[in-house]
Amino acid sequence: MRHIISLLLENESGALSRVAGLFSARGYNIESLTVAPTEDETLSRMTIVTSGSDDVIEQITKQLNKLVDVVKVVDLSEGEHIERELMLVKVRASGKDREEMKRMADIFRGRIIDVTDKSYTIELTGTGQKLDAFLDALEEGAVLEAVRTGASGIGRGDRILRV
Amino acid sequence: MELTGAEITVRCLADEGVEYLFGYPGGAVLHIYDELFKQDRVKHILVRHEQAAVHAADGYARACQKPGVVLVTSGPGATNAVTGIATAYMDSIPMVILTGQVPTHAIGQDAFQEVDSIGITRPCVKHNFLVKDVHDLAATIKKAFYIATTGRPGPVVVDIPKDITMARCEYVYPTSVSLRSYNPVVKGHSGQIRKALNLLLEAKRPMIYAGGGVVLGEAAAELTQLVRSLGFPCTNTLMGLGGFPASDPQYMGMLGMHGTYEANMAMQHCDVLLAVGARFDDRVIGNPKHFFQEDRRIIHIDVDPSSISKRVKVDVPIVGDVKDVLAEMSRQIAAGTQKPDAPALKSWWTQIELWRARDCLKYDRTSEIIKPQMVIEKLWEVTGGDAIVTSDVGQHQMWAAQFYRFDKPRRWLNSGGLGTMGVGLPYAMGALLAHPDTPVACVTGEASIQMCIQELSTCKQYRMPVKILNLNNRYMGMVRQWQEFFHGNRYAESYMDALPDFVKLAESYGHVGIRIEKPADIEPAIREAFARKNELVFMDFITDQTENVFPMVPGGKGLSEMILV
Ligand SMILES: Cc1cc2nc3c(=O)[nH]c(=O)nc-3n(C[C@H](O)[C@H](O)[C@H](O)COP(=O)(O)OP(=O)(O)OC[C@H]3O[C@@H](n4cnc5c(N)ncnc54)[C@H](O)[C@@H]3O)c2cc1C
Ligand SMILES: Cc1ncc(C[n+]2csc(CCOP(=O)(O)OP(=O)(O)O)c2C)c(N)n1
Ligand SMILES: [Mg+2]
Repeated sequence: MRHIISLLLENESGALSRVAGLFSARGYNIESLTVAPTEDETLSRMTIVTSGSDDVIEQITKQLNKLVDVVKVVDLSEGEHIERELMLVKVRASGKDREEMKRMADIFRGRIIDVTDKSYTIELTGTGQKLDAFLDALEEGAVLEAVRTGASGIGRGDRILRV
Repeated sequence: MELTGAEITVRCLADEGVEYLFGYPGGAVLHIYDELFKQDRVKHILVRHEQAAVHAADGYARACQKPGVVLVTSGPGATNAVTGIATAYMDSIPMVILTGQVPTHAIGQDAFQEVDSIGITRPCVKHNFLVKDVHDLAATIKKAFYIATTGRPGPVVVDIPKDITMARCEYVYPTSVSLRSYNPVVKGHSGQIRKALNLLLEAKRPMIYAGGGVVLGEAAAELTQLVRSLGFPCTNTLMGLGGFPASDPQYMGMLGMHGTYEANMAMQHCDVLLAVGARFDDRVIGNPKHFFQEDRRIIHIDVDPSSISKRVKVDVPIVGDVKDVLAEMSRQIAAGTQKPDAPALKSWWTQIELWRARDCLKYDRTSEIIKPQMVIEKLWEVTGGDAIVTSDVGQHQMWAAQFYRFDKPRRWLNSGGLGTMGVGLPYAMGALLAHPDTPVACVTGEASIQMCIQELSTCKQYRMPVKILNLNNRYMGMVRQWQEFFHGNRYAESYMDALPDFVKLAESYGHVGIRIEKPADIEPAIREAFARKNELVFMDFITDQTENVFPMVPGGKGLSEMILV
């Protein structure tokens, strides 16, 4: 099953490679991994999307907790949570496609953030599924380039992850 | 007063109470060596290969519980240390390894003798640090010792660039450490302990399986008390030998791939299993599918939550320090009124005695050729069962584990998790430094001993009177055994040709060598060796080439599917 795991870790060089190394050394899946410093600059917040049986996920959280640089770990999928991903996508936009492309961006609440006479660059946020849906909705060959950040997650309501 | 990084490094070690530093010099650590030269609080042991520095420090730690400490130079010094570090990591041994590094401004430039020591060691350390500012140096070394020795112990690497050893700052050695991200649990959850006791006291066919955690956690006395008060059978893993006394009638012998018939059968057929500081290794339970064919409830005490339910699903997990948890269990049993189920226990022991009667460790005692098992039995007799025994890896290791009956912890030093050939002699060196008055025997094979043979020179320099028992079968016996059983007797590259004359070899290093070829000469040779109190004696026993280790659970088979003699 797909799980989204959030962690706080010491904002130190090397902390990221400890987490990445753990996943590769133990053969765990990583679908995506995002990381950036938090409002407390001594800490980074990481979101990992992974998948595995319950036993594997239990081991993943235990192994993450064991890393000396990791301060806190939560499996967001255990409760209500929100996740978002950002995508920048450059699409073909010439001739009759140009209007159509703008309409598609509007429908998915995307924003056109760069324009040439042949292309648009669209910024889109949402769940991974929504971004997938957008890409699926485009015609074959319409996408020139796409870059996605991977999911960031946060608990709903009063669920707070902090030290 | 401001000190240099090199002075600070050495002061930290002295203030931490480090007795011995095992090392080998080189460019990146020359300033540190210069400071070592000027003081006498920390004694440096100069080995002949960095791998042996780490093994010797590791052996010291295994023998006396204090962390082993190592200093090596950058590049090849650090890479030579890696096998030693991984060996310590797999067996959870507390160590601090200081590696020299090229100056900070040269890092990443492919500088002379530069390797990414942090990157290379990351997967085989508990933690590692690169020191980037001399102001962080003392606090980092303190943290390294704290992390290495608390919770589940392990090796910690501190990588120190050369310019940091020359930079100056005020020296203060921190008295304590607190890390928000690292807080090992000590006390077991009392509700879980109560649940565990309920299961144990109701068990019909209970079994206690104790591992290296009992040795690491100094909990042999607590374990022994609990086992005796319950009257249950107890087995030890290879890493747990001595955690429960081998001479106790409740002792079942070692379990696992080369465990006794009775221990493996009881493990497979018990209805309640108490696992204490043991990690259900694949060499212990065999094929997990087969293990699960029998229905049993499992209680598991371990300080590392990730050891619990890693390979087998556990019913009652207890995260905590073994010493603490076992003592609490005994307290609750004493305070309660419930006693173990005596009639059930009686019939369980009747069954166990039937398994024991199989006499699974029997071998031909009338042989004209030396049987390796007999050498170990004689070693046990001559030393009164009270030597520190180190071993290398192979058949000789298994015979030492089966036939030297350890009654105390920290008397058996070997590489279990990584199975590193070459540890035996350096472990013996470390053990002798930790316990200069205890006889130390190194049981080895003609292949393993050659992996760190150069340390005979270190032994000469520091007058380390190790007694080496080389079980010389002219084969990588363990490899040969697998080839005999599973590869149609095709002995590919497992024959040891062109062996040195070990007697002359020992003599050339300034030691005593004895060659023993007849069973009747075993005991006199061992007696003579131990009588030579201050000399290293190399005993080269010419043993039966075809002997195999029994019982054996073949890889992929279940615990009760043993090959027996
Ligand atoms: C050739 C060869 C053959 C082998 N055959 C066998 C065999 O037949 N039988 C066998 O048993 N092994 C055998 N081994 C060894 C095997 O590979 C493992 O190393 C060994 O079984 C692991 O022992 P352990 O489970 O006691 O764990 P260890 O590696 O000793 O781990 C200790 C456990 O205790 C925990 N712990 C540490 N400190 C504490 C504390 N203070 N409180 C609580 N918990 C703590 C740790 O977290 C860890 O989970 C063999 C090895 C070789 C090289
Ligand atoms: C460094 C290393 N290389 C290879 C092995 C694989 N191996 C395990 S036992 C063994 C043979 C050991 O031979 P010897 O030391 O003569 O002991 P014996 O089995 O004959 O008693 C080998 C090669 C290992 N454990 N360690
Ligand atoms: Mg051999």
